[in-house]
Amino acid sequence: MAASTGRTVGSILLKCGTRCGSLNKTSYNFTRQVLSRQLCVSSALHRKNLAAAGPEKFSEEFIKKQVEEYNIGKRHLANIMGEDPETFTQQDIDRSIAYLFPSGLFDKRARPLMKHPDEIFPKQQAVQWGADGRPFHFLFYTGKQSYYSLMHDTVAKVLAAEKQQVLLLSEGPVPQDTKPISLVGSRWLLKEELEELLVETISDHDYARFIQLMERLLSLPNCLSEKDFVQRYRKQLEIQSSKQQVAPLQYDENGVAYSTADGRRKTATCTVLLRDCGSGSISINGRDYLHYFPVLQDREQLMFPFHFLDMLGRFDGQCTVGGGGRSSQAGALRLAISRAMLSFLSEGQVESMRQAGLLTPDPRVKERKKPGQEGARRKFTWKKR
Amino acid sequence: MWRACQSERHLGQYYTLPTSHLHTIFPHGLPARYQQQVKTFNEGCVMVRQPALELISYLKAADYSKPAVRYLLYGLKGSGKTMSLCHTIHYCSTQGWLVLHIPDAHLWVKNCKELLPSSYHTSRFDQPIEASNWLRNFRTTNERFLSKIKLRQRYTWTKRESTEKGSPLGELVDMGVSRVKSSSDVVGAVLKELRLQAAETEESEGFRLAVAIDGVNSLWGRTTIKKEDKSPVAPEELTLIHNLRKMIDNNWCGGAVIATLSQTGSLYSPSSAYLPKELLGEEGFDSMDPFIPVPVSNYSEKEFESCYLYYLDRHWLQHPHSENEGKKEIIFLSNRNPSVLERLCAFL
Repeated sequence: MAASTGRTVGSILLKCGTRCGSLNKTSYNFTRQVLSRQLCVSSALHRKNLAAAGPEKFSEEFIKKQVEEYNIGKRHLANIMGEDPETFTQQDIDRSIAYLFPSGLFDKRARPLMKHPDEIFPKQQAVQWGADGRPFHFLFYTGKQSYYSLMHDTVAKVLAAEKQQVLLLSEGPVPQDTKPISLVGSRWLLKEELEELLVETISDHDYARFIQLMERLLSLPNCLSEKDFVQRYRKQLEIQSSKQQVAPLQYDENGVAYSTADGRRKTATCTVLLRDCGSGSISINGRDYLHYFPVLQDREQLMFPFHFLDMLGRFDGQCTVGGGGRSSQAGALRLAISRAMLSFLSEGQVESMRQAGLLTPDPRVKERKKPGQEGARRKFTWKKR
Repeated sequence: MWRACQSERHLGQYYTLPTSHLHTIFPHGLPARYQQQVKTFNEGCVMVRQPALELISYLKAADYSKPAVRYLLYGLKGSGKTMSLCHTIHYCSTQGWLVLHIPDAHLWVKNCKELLPSSYHTSRFDQPIEASNWLRNFRTTNERFLSKIKLRQRYTWTKRESTEKGSPLGELVDMGVSRVKSSSDVVGAVLKELRLQAAETEESEGFRLAVAIDGVNSLWGRTTIKKEDKSPVAPEELTLIHNLRKMIDNNWCGGAVIATLSQTGSLYSPSSAYLPKELLGEEGFDSMDPFIPVPVSNYSEKEFESCYLYYLDRHWLQHPHSENEGKKEIIFLSNRNPSVLERLCAFL
């Protein structure tokens, strides 16, 4: 089924196996009235599954029933697991489902799931016209009524702000100390997100016009009152560096600080033990790094974390490395050294390391060879005859 | 020019080799990269380092009425063994010794173009080209001795040619250079004569003999030379190697044998081997035993500073960061290994 890519477990719990949880049956329960109405289907469906046989039709009653079933199923699940139904969160639900229906499938989306119907069934627009066939919204015949109504509202706000500005100027040249809305730490909604919000398709051009209009609104001096309106269409960005886990520093018997870390790059794995001794010697698998990496390029890779933080002669390293080739071993060592150095550094330095790309594991691996081709991308020689 | 008065005070400092010496003493002895450096800088400067000083002090203190002492320089690849050897040779020649310098014994056991069966000994093989080259260089190095030393024995080369007893060594060497076919035997004869005559003390017009061999581990390893029936030639079957081995045996007096191990040119040995036991093998170790090992290591802090300052002084390091920031990087990247440092600075 296109909509629910995971098997919804809520219905299974309710019916206890007497009825299969497929939604095909429910579609036959539709009344003739519903079938005769044309439902505008959201763009999300179009995008998610183009191979499906036409868009799905879910009525409001159906969705409501699904929500009820979900809630009751949640309580049943809580009882099964022996926990309090009142304080059963979505996380607990996920945990319980993973416990009751263990699955070894690789694709996470193929595993059993039980979520609120709003997350499973894509949002659809409710019926747009009344019993007499007359549409509710005045912009219905534009085709993209939510988009145009949004633009209409925004323009109204822009005009209001301009009018207010003119009024203020006419009162006297009062220095405006209204601060503009701070945009740091947030970004405009992407086109897909806006589509999801408006539950209708918009084109690139429309999206560009929308962003242009919002920028114009923000450029006006007294737009503080529209802050909430604007924030609805901006998404907060999380601070990346707060995700980094920094292990605390350990001290060995002589009081020398040391730290260990692992690194991996393209089937080469390594572990590094960095000691805050004072000599700049690094030994890899028991051998000197000069002998292990005769190529300058690999030694430069090793040098990069130290050089970046100006700590070239400070640390003493003991590394073990295996797998991969020469270059991937050097890359793995570099990552491991950067991670090991984190515990010696301050927050600002950690952030600068992250921005330099020293802490990002390189996701590139060898691409699989496909049948019918000579390699991953290379095709066989094309012969005309 | 501090020829004989180098002592520990001068550790880490550079001294200049006079150009005339460079041509006479080292026609074939210096490492290739160093020769290029000499050409670029228009002068040859050698750093005074601990292993060379140690060797020179041993040579000064040795007793030359006893059998020849053998010294072996060993160390990691590129740490300066050949350069220390050259330094010692320079010292010896300034002291008036006769220097027998074999620049790279590995050249004699591989890539031989011509292999003749020896006329002297049927089971052995000659290498005329290498032998004649070496004789030519030997002549350049030790000009003044050639007329002084007289042969003790008569050598017959063919039915018509022979060298009489009492004729100077120079004649023998010239004959070897011109008659390429018998040059390997000439080499053998030269070595034998020198061995016999070095035993005499200085009063009776003797001389001290310094045998300097670079890459001595090739004498006991394997060769890549093949006979006509594609079977490999053992080192003993080569005349040159056979005679060299006789030189290394410490049954003669009045000189010293200084040798270096070299992994770079050696055949069939792993690149991580640098200790004498590994590179010489059982047989080689037994023949060299007893010897005085002299380890050569990477530059120390002071030596590195000195080398760096020398490059800066010669304007070899052109990068604007060379003064301060680049130094630490270079230390890290080269780990103070002399050859790696030199290669690194080549493009800075």
